[in-house]
Amino acid sequence: MSTPLARTPLASTPLVELDDVSKYYGNIRALEGVSLEVHAGRITCVLGDNGAGKSTLIKIIAGLHTHDGGTFRIDGEETSLSSPREALDRGIATVYQDLAVVPLMPVWRNFFLGSEPTKGVGPFKRLDVELMRETTRAELLRMGIDLRDVDQPIGTLSGGERQCVAIARAVHFGAKVLVLDEPTAALGVKQSGVVLKYVAAARDAGLGVVLITHNPHHAYLVGDRFVLLKRGVMAASHTKDSVTLDELTRQMAGGSELEDLRHELERAPAPSRVGGHDAPPAP
Amino acid sequence: MTATAPPVKKPAGPTGDERLLRTSPLRTLLSRPELGSVVGAVAVFLFFSIVADSFLRASSFGTVLYAASTIGIMAVPVALLMIGGEFDLSAGVMVTSAALISSMFSYQMTANVWVGVAVSLLVTLAIGFFNGVMLTRTKLPSFIITLGTFLMLTGLNLGLTKLISGTVSTRTIADMEGFASARKLFASQLTIGGVDLKITILWWFALVALATWILLRTRFGNWIFAVGGGADAARAVGVPVHRTKIGLYMGVAFCAWVSGQHLLFSFDVVQSGEGVGNELIYIIAAVIGGCLITGGYGSAIGSAVGAFIFGMTSKGIVYAEWNPDWFKFFLGAMLLLATLLNAWVRKRAEATR
Repeated sequence: MSTPLARTPLASTPLVELDDVSKYYGNIRALEGVSLEVHAGRITCVLGDNGAGKSTLIKIIAGLHTHDGGTFRIDGEETSLSSPREALDRGIATVYQDLAVVPLMPVWRNFFLGSEPTKGVGPFKRLDVELMRETTRAELLRMGIDLRDVDQPIGTLSGGERQCVAIARAVHFGAKVLVLDEPTAALGVKQSGVVLKYVAAARDAGLGVVLITHNPHHAYLVGDRFVLLKRGVMAASHTKDSVTLDELTRQMAGGSELEDLRHELERAPAPSRVGGHDAPPAP
Repeated sequence: MTATAPPVKKPAGPTGDERLLRTSPLRTLLSRPELGSVVGAVAVFLFFSIVADSFLRASSFGTVLYAASTIGIMAVPVALLMIGGEFDLSAGVMVTSAALISSMFSYQMTANVWVGVAVSLLVTLAIGFFNGVMLTRTKLPSFIITLGTFLMLTGLNLGLTKLISGTVSTRTIADMEGFASARKLFASQLTIGGVDLKITILWWFALVALATWILLRTRFGNWIFAVGGGADAARAVGVPVHRTKIGLYMGVAFCAWVSGQHLLFSFDVVQSGEGVGNELIYIIAAVIGGCLITGGYGSAIGSAVGAFIFGMTSKGIVYAEWNPDWFKFFLGAMLLLATLLNAWVRKRAEATR
């Protein structure tokens, strides 16, 4: 892999740009004042703890929710997406952690779900099954996934493989922007590595990638930009050369708050009774 | 990327992937959703062949197929709906509604019965549309929505019929214009090779073939599996989940219309209280046929085998000269056995892939 900055020069207009975007659910502030840019051939990582607003951010970009404040631009043009279909038509494909595929359906049916190619006319219009199978096989092979049988239910694949199929699908259908929701959560180290490799492959294919994760180690491996969310607001925004992994991890883990907690734990006097038992006498 | 990609194996030739052992035909068969029901059908067939002498006669075969077809016509759309992850408890009485509407509209307006038939189609499709829209708008479980429609239709069937005809059944329309031709389409009888076959059998086969084509070879079919197997994932990749479900409910309505017209044109008059309880038999046929009750898996052919088992059992008991009261017991036992067998077969099929 070449160094991140040696790749294609930054395009003048970002593929997707959020500027001061906010979202409220009733009186709950889910997201406020978040800005980020997605460029072709770059990976923008969104980091945050549980409840930081990552899911809300994805839902806005994926067209599941409409933002309430700020501006959302696609190719420099201000927009407001009303459905996932519209987002797809504008070139934004989202791969969700848990609902990326329909487990009981064969791999090839999943691959083309929602965009099935057909042949024939009128009442004889039918799925082009041969094309679907062959394309699925070829596209997965191109991403380096050598599947034994495209007819097996996708639920029989491992979590990492399923993510890869979903990513390959997005790339095949000409997505310009790929949004990945925690693709490595619930995966082992090796599987995570496999998925991150396909994320990098998608980037090298010229896609703009938004990688949502709470794992700074994974983010730092592939990311070019890092946006940190905390309790619905943007806590920090870095480029790769302006931050180290340690610094990113520290900020991500709560930074100064964690430090305070450590001090408190050290200083706190040991309780004399714990759980109904007398505490052992101090040495 | 070439540097980071694992060395790609030579693409598999026409012989397939070398890691894939040749799947034996038996194993391929095992992974079909209909398998459990076919085994069950063979068992039921053998059983009644032994205990009932007249069961194997050609004329009995026509009777069994007819009984199967009246259930089978409705089991097809109910199976598709179940694959799509929903139920329709109003399917049974909707058949009666469809028959009542044609009959009463033609009679009251003294119109050609074909006008009544057309009006009935529109109204029945509207009921299906209502079911689908209510379900997708309110997001309540289909059990509740269609239970509501079921009760409302049951009441409307009785109430309106009494209000208009003064009795619980409709007046005969046998002497009205168009009756003969409509009867030909919905309730005639063909004799092939000495066996009398009702035309509903043709309707049934045609619907099974159409549904199988839709399920396996069209985009809509792909969407049916998807909305039943994972509605959120389907929506996320742009499948019109709501329209698919509404379409499925209208499919049930269309078949209820066909069934209803058969009911009307084979008996001239319609009893307004009929149809209650049939919805469960349609569901049973679909489940015996291998449809997963939680959606996402099943087949139209399976529903046909389920209906065939139903036909064989209901008539077989008569041919064996048993008390027909036992029929429900058999049906229940069959449902349990078939479901267990299906679950077991699916588990094995998935484990051995």
